[in-house]
Amino acid sequence: MSIIKAKDLVHEYIRRDEDGNVKMIQTAINHVDMDIEEGSFVAVLGHNGSGKSTFAKHINVLLSPTEGTVWVDGKDTSNPLFTYPIRRTAGMVFQNPDNQIIASVVEEDVGFGPENIGVPTDEIWTRVEESLKSVGMIKYRTHSPNKLSGGQKQRVAIAGVMAMEPKCIILDEPTAMLDPNGRKEVLAAVHELNKKKGVTVILITHYMEEVVDCDRVFVMDSGKLVMQGTPKEVFSKVEELKEHRLDVPQITLLAHELKEAGLDIPEGILTREELVEALCRLS
Amino acid sequence: MSIILDHVNYTYSTGTAYEIQALKDINLTIEDGQFIGIIGHTGSGKSTLIQHLNGLIKATSGAIYYNGQDIYDEDYDLRTLRTKVGLVFQYPEHQLFETTIFDDVSFGPKNQGLSKEEAGLRAFEALSMVGLDENLYYQSPFELSGGQKRRVAIAGVIAMHPDVIILDEPTAGLDPKGRDEIFDLISKMHEEKNITVVLVSHSMEDVAKYVQRIIVMNDGEVMFDDTPDEVFKHYKELEQAGLAAPQVTYLMHELKEKGLDVDVNATTIDEAKRSILKALC
Amino acid sequence: MLREITLGQYYPADSVIHKLDPRVKLVATLVYVVSLFLFKGVVGFAVITAFLVLAVKLSKVPFLYMIKGLKAIVILMILSALFNLVLTPGINPVFVLGPIKVYPEGVRMAVLMLIRLSYLIVGTSIMTLTTTPNQLTDGLETGLAPFSKIGVPVHAIAMMMSIALRFIPILIEETDLIMKAQMARGADFEKGNIIQKAKNMVPLLVPLFVSAFRRADDLAMAMEARCYTGGAGRTKMKPLRYGKADALAYIVLFAFLATVIVLRIFGY
Repeated sequence: MSIIKAKDLVHEYIRRDEDGNVKMIQTAINHVDMDIEEGSFVAVLGHNGSGKSTFAKHINVLLSPTEGTVWVDGKDTSNPLFTYPIRRTAGMVFQNPDNQIIASVVEEDVGFGPENIGVPTDEIWTRVEESLKSVGMIKYRTHSPNKLSGGQKQRVAIAGVMAMEPKCIILDEPTAMLDPNGRKEVLAAVHELNKKKGVTVILITHYMEEVVDCDRVFVMDSGKLVMQGTPKEVFSKVEELKEHRLDVPQITLLAHELKEAGLDIPEGILTREELVEALCRLS
Repeated sequence: MSIILDHVNYTYSTGTAYEIQALKDINLTIEDGQFIGIIGHTGSGKSTLIQHLNGLIKATSGAIYYNGQDIYDEDYDLRTLRTKVGLVFQYPEHQLFETTIFDDVSFGPKNQGLSKEEAGLRAFEALSMVGLDENLYYQSPFELSGGQKRRVAIAGVIAMHPDVIILDEPTAGLDPKGRDEIFDLISKMHEEKNITVVLVSHSMEDVAKYVQRIIVMNDGEVMFDDTPDEVFKHYKELEQAGLAAPQVTYLMHELKEKGLDVDVNATTIDEAKRSILKALC
Repeated sequence: MLREITLGQYYPADSVIHKLDPRVKLVATLVYVVSLFLFKGVVGFAVITAFLVLAVKLSKVPFLYMIKGLKAIVILMILSALFNLVLTPGINPVFVLGPIKVYPEGVRMAVLMLIRLSYLIVGTSIMTLTTTPNQLTDGLETGLAPFSKIGVPVHAIAMMMSIALRFIPILIEETDLIMKAQMARGADFEKGNIIQKAKNMVPLLVPLFVSAFRRADDLAMAMEARCYTGGAGRTKMKPLRYGKADALAYIVLFAFLATVIVLRIFGY
């Protein structure tokens, strides 16, 4: 069953001058159709300005379609009655860890969402505890967010979304401002949520390495959906990805170049194990 | 022409409960024309270290010499030092402030006391160096894309004609193409202008690909200081310091274990490709 | 340099005062400040001192840590004491130096001023040292709730306060960073006269404002994404509930205030 469905989605940013006349129309999303299965882990790839973040904001009703329709869990996002139910179904984590933490104590921040939707006090406490445990941050519950590392802050933000018990969580470049260790922490936490709690994950990123373990990859460029498939399928097309200002993981690139040089190995190798195996078979 | 750090120590919040020794007995020589990478996990002291190089932070003890002169000398002009040793901070686009890109890039040269014409010339040259479209020069820097803003901010430092340029994670947050553009620019500066480059990076792959010498910082100390293949030989120790070697290094070790006669010192894709082809064909 | 200001920042400890309801602490601070301006004689002063010593002891915050906050205001205190000393008129000067005449009334006023100011700072800092900013805003929000009936946006004000408190350290750090980055481009924040100095601040202030607006924008979006719609229909994770200790504290407070008032009436 699909949890998110976009049909012929168009989004235009309209900029006006002082007199209110239209100065510029920028099409950020250009007739996109997308289908995301419930319980899956999908990635949306694209360079800066490809429209991927704009797409993410539609899932959370932070933006409304100029044309076309988006359904989240069967609810049309353009219906104002559904705004809050949809935001509870599809939680969102943003790029800058500092700019999405509201409270000065970790546990109070995680409780912010449940407070907003009117969850009774006792239940807020159980939800906060459970969410903090699920991202491995329970021992920091009384800390100030300012003293945490970037990866820890992002995990707090994820816990804050989880406390609203969503079916789906959208992460808009959650690792762009983190160091490699922080990146690993966040990804591990998200994969865990997907596996253990069955939460649908939509990861928006431009780090190719993060996409290797996904179920499905969507590639966006200039507001259009230009490629989709399993990571293996997408990463076999090295040249095509480069045209979209993207890249492939290091190991995939090396395998690709070895193949170009005449070695008989399969396309779309994603991990070291696969490459070692393929090369050993040759010798 | 060099920067010499002689027994440099730095302690934060001395005398309080929060006292942290951020740098411990650092001895380094940065020779002219080198391309150096500094790696280390967050909090290893690398940011503190680079801010010593242009005198923004004063060492608690020890001495720093730039071209043979003690920069802590009373009559030494630190402002001149800062124009000679340019420092590009992380997310440098966050410091843009002028109404036009051109004025923003002229800010550094003007502070150096150059005339308006000269500063303008410098700005022009720096902007063409970073490859920004000429039509954009008189627009507001706030209207540019992320990658363009980053290049304008770097141009702001290039325009001061530094002998040394230090870049703190210049590609953070950029997409793959944007990352390549910045690295191409840095290589170009190093090769064409013969500027000494100090690059702080989290990406082992990028460091392995571009630099000649790696300084590894750990807990405020220099852990390794050598060529990339020498440093990445110690990949197990690097892991203990919260770092890693490039993916390629791990691959080569795994292949060697399986009995393939490959060079385990390969750190870049090109080196790995050559070595694997040689072993198999 | 900016980071080292610790005046009145929360000091975590496990004490009776820390556990009191923030509303009690707010009322107590108010009562205490009023009492400082009520007392007349030595007896009243002794009662207030006893009250302050008791509060300091109970708070478990090291006294030295507390008076560190005083340092920042020492100059202000000395100045106001000096003004009181030389400007209070009287009859028999105790000390004359040229045009400056010091009367006993002046000495008395200066001493009173010093006592009041230092007691004021130590007393109010007990509140900020033992109450997290969030509890404080919660206390204000609940305490002032009746005013929302007459159209005062109490919830919004409290929310703004707590967000401001969360972002102050971040913006201070950011200021530090932008200053350094501009200094790396040769900026000089110290040079020149006042106008020149103000001009030199532009490269600091513009990026700082841009960043503050960007953060505000991001934060608003993040709050919206988490279903924030203002105060209506919200529940509380940590609702304020009075306990026994709070009731006792109110009794002590009432007794204290009554004592100070009675002493004042009788001129002690």
